[in-house]
Formats: sequence, structure tokens, C-alpha cells
Amino acid sequence: MGTELGNYKAVCSARSTDKDILKRAQDGGIVTQLFTFALEEGFIDGAIVSGPGEEPWRPRPFVAMCKEDLLKARGTKYNLSPNVSFIKEATRSFGLDKIGIVGTPCQMQAIRKGQLYPMGLRDVDDKIALAIGIFCMENFSYQSIVQLVEDHAGQKMESVKKMEIGKGKFWIYTDRGAVVQLPLKVTHKYEQPGCHVCLDYVANLADISTGSVGSPDGWSTVFARSTSGQTLWDKAVAAGCFEMKPIEQVKPGLELVSKLANEKINKNRKTLEERASFGVGKGLRSPYI
Amino acid sequence: MGLLSTLKSIFGGGESPGAKKETESAKASAGPEKKPQTDMKEVSSVSNKITAGHVHMSGCTGCLVAVADNYGGLLTLLDKYVDWVYDLTLADVRHIPKMDVALVEGSVCINDKLSVQEIKETREKAAIVVAVGGCACYGNITRFSRGGQQNQPGHEAFLPIGDLINVDVYIPGCAPTPQLIRNVCVMAYLLLKGNDEQKKLAEAYLKPLMALPKQGTEACFCDLMTKVIDQGLCMGCGSCASACPVRAITHEYGKPQGQRDLCIKCGACYNQCPRSWFSFDVVSNYETILGAIRGALQ
Repeated sequence: MGTELGNYKAVCSARSTDKDILKRAQDGGIVTQLFTFALEEGFIDGAIVSGPGEEPWRPRPFVAMCKEDLLKARGTKYNLSPNVSFIKEATRSFGLDKIGIVGTPCQMQAIRKGQLYPMGLRDVDDKIALAIGIFCMENFSYQSIVQLVEDHAGQKMESVKKMEIGKGKFWIYTDRGAVVQLPLKVTHKYEQPGCHVCLDYVANLADISTGSVGSPDGWSTVFARSTSGQTLWDKAVAAGCFEMKPIEQVKPGLELVSKLANEKINKNRKTLEERASFGVGKGLRSPYI
Repeated sequence: MGLLSTLKSIFGGGESPGAKKETESAKASAGPEKKPQTDMKEVSSVSNKITAGHVHMSGCTGCLVAVADNYGGLLTLLDKYVDWVYDLTLADVRHIPKMDVALVEGSVCINDKLSVQEIKETREKAAIVVAVGGCACYGNITRFSRGGQQNQPGHEAFLPIGDLINVDVYIPGCAPTPQLIRNVCVMAYLLLKGNDEQKKLAEAYLKPLMALPKQGTEACFCDLMTKVIDQGLCMGCGSCASACPVRAITHEYGKPQGQRDLCIKCGACYNQCPRSWFSFDVVSNYETILGAIRGALQ
């Protein structure tokens, strides 16, 4: 295993010990549980999460100030929620001095660039207290998700209880108990193009990053990455927020995380190469310097 | 990992507890060398200051206020690292002196002889010219000038300084953030007075900001359309909306939507975008770099 998993101080398999959180959690309820604990302990004043929007399964960023708010944002939505767009507003209208934020690996990159090179993010750099990253192979636009759920899977958006990508398939579960699986071959063309130049699978720049891959069903793999992330994680574990298993003792384990991370990074490196000679003597722009 | 070891030696590591911890963990993985001690001496030996000044072209003084908004950090900066040799508002010096770093605020009114003369003089006298803020970099709000204002109605044509002189570094935004100005000042100090490793870090940090002048003197929300979205690079993170000082950007179905009539052409959105330019080398070490900068200014 090389650099594909980024720098981290500790990794384990874990799940929340809170039944309310687990009830509709995507996997181990890590993000909701961590934010709940961080709010209660005063580690953060509020958290920017992906809450319910105007249409079913269309998230919108919102600032959660209590556990009830956080519970509304449980679960993965598989489409875009521009959480970073709230990062300055959170320190202004919401008056947060210690911000929590959850996001994809690219959003963690945006936050760290924003801290090192703040162009418009005045007085924000020292207020990011807890950035939680989620593993991400690619994301979808809302319209793509609608097309997958309604056209390919033949289900109503409002009837969907849970969506999930795992075991090589896109799964849709409905309230009435239907389970539809789509092969990823079908979903590929609906992926957001901007995701295909991304070189990070496990949110290397988060304070803590988490995702289902590597852990058994109902559990999540958790990386504690930064010093403050490690501190919070240790406190949450000591407070009994999580059940934990050493990553070496779970199946499929870190090897699968590494495998998928390398797959993503290699595929997207290739895309970047192809972009460099995309036209005739002309290429597409690369953001990386 | 090159930068990480560089950071171990900056500022001795004694001032920031965060930076020190990082030093220790980096040391554990890097081997048995015992660097911090020798670096403590290093700090005192590189304590000779750089000279810098503020050149006021056609701007609203908001950029200078942003410099001052570093509060105690500015005082430490002036105390330890920078001699402030020129500033119409703060220093009693009439003519632009020789200096290491000129922070230029505002665009140049080409109808005003003195302004044109002073921007040229700035280029001659300063080793590094930094365009501070949207007006100096991209024209910003002065792009909309039509003249007719009292008491110089004939002053109607304004250009970003990069249209008249070569510029070394851009700090975009309206107003530019106190934190970016601070970071650039610290890095300029390391570039000019630091040891080889420190210079390397400063070069890596400043590289993207030094590349901006070469990309031109125009900025607009449209940059996000032409250089990010149209190029298939946008992934809907939300940075641009957060950076926009006039709230001209919202997200529709996850992608930025700009009210272009509101755009003041400050360059904040495009340059904040992680898909405009992104340096893994620098950003991956965010924890240590930020710790070191904050530690230095305590």
C-alpha cells in the first residue's frame, strides 16, 4: 500500500452505539454520531451537512445546530450538495466560531485550499474545527439520479428509502420493500464529468474520513487523519460513542480500500493524460500544478 | 514529504504547539536527526527584516484595511519580519523608496500623470511587486468607471497595474482577505531571508500566485464557465459561492449560477475554485503550514 490512502494516524472499523442514529444511517452512522458528540462537547458550534431539499433526495447544504437537525441529514444522497458554499455564511449569519463540515474528497480539497489561499473566505481559516470526509468514487447530478431511479429502476423518487453503491452495484430500496439493483455499467455514463479528474478516494485532507468500503455491512471504515481529528476521535471513543474493531480483524479490510483507491486514481490519471492531448495539437486544462 | 521536512525548520517550532507536534511525528518517521535545536539558532540569524510598503493607486483603501485587519499579527509582522518603509496613510514618506516588496492597491488611472509615473517607479524600486486586491489585479470595480466624478471628472480610464508593468504576485479578491495578505508576507520573508529549505517552501506556496499575472488582467464570473465548467472540471463543491463578495453566485442543481450583472470582476471565485489551480505539494501539508504561519505571528 502506497500513498493512495493518504496520511493518517489511525484506522479502524466502527459503528455508532446510538440506536436512533443507526436506524436510518447509511452504514455505521459515523458522521452523524461524530457531529452529535462534537456539538455536545462544544468541539463545534454547528455543522454544515446535506439536509433535505425541495425535491425528494435532492440535498441542500444546511447548518445543523442540534442532534435533531443532524438526524434529518442522515444517509448518502448520491448527488451534489455544495456544502462549501456555506462555509463563510456559517461564520456570519450563523455566528459559528467552530465549524463542522462534511463533504466529499474534492470538498475537503476545497476547504484546505480555502484555508491556505483564502480569496474571499475572510476570517474563515481558523474556524474549521472538524472537516469530515466521505469516501467517494464519483458523484452524480440530481437529474442523473432521477433518471437512474425513475427510468432505469422504475421507482418513484419519493418512494425511495435508501440508495447505496456496493458489491459492484447501485442499490435502490423503497418504502414498500422493493429492492432494485443496477449494474454499475449502467450508472457510469451518468457520473459527473468533473469527478473523472479527481485523484482522491478516501478524503486524504479531512480531519476524519469514513466510508463503508473495507468494513462489514452496518459498519464503516474510519481514518483519523489530522491531530485535531485524532483527538476528537479518541474522545468520542472514550465516551462510548462507538463500537470499534481493529481493521486487521474485519473482512474485507483495508486491502479493498487500497484496491479501489488505486483503481480510481489510476483511471483518473489516465483521464488527465487523455485530456492533455484531447484535440488536434490542443489539450484540455488540468487544474493540478 | 519534502515540504514537511522544510517546515520542521521554520520558526524553530517553539512558538506553535500544533507545529511542534507535527515536527515530532514527522521526526519519528523520518529518522533520528535532531533538527529543531539548530533551527532555534537559525531563527535569530535570519531575523534581519525585509522592507515593504503600500503603494496606493486608485483603490478604496479597503485593501490597506485588510492588511490592518491582521490586528496583533500585523504588529508581530512589523516587529519581527518587515520594515514598513512606505505608506501614504501610515508612514511619513513622500516618495517611493527602494524596497523588497511593494504591495500595490488599486488600478492605475491613465489620465493621471502622477499615477502612471508612480506605478512605473514602483516597478523600478521594488524587487517584488504584489498586486493586492481585485483592482490592482483585474480592475475590479474600477472597470465600471465612466468618469465624471468630482473633483476630477476627466479621470475616466483605469487599468489594472499588470497592463502597465510586470507584476510578480497577485492577491485577488475584494477585499483581499487579511489571511492571504499575511500568508504572502510571511512567505515573501522566507523567500528573501530564509535558508534554502525555507526558500523552497516559499517558492512552492507562491508559485500559483506568481503564475496568475501571466494569465492576464481580466477576471469575471465567466472564468468559472469558460475555464472550469466548460472544461469539464466543475464538481459542484460550492467554493465559488462562498468566495463571492457580492453574493452573485448561487448553486442550481449543484453547479454555480452567476448573476453576471452583479459581478464586480474581483477574481475571487475563480481563484478560490479548487479546479482552477491546485497544488498537492502545498495543500497536502496544510496542517503544518498553517500552524507555522500562525505560530510565527503570535
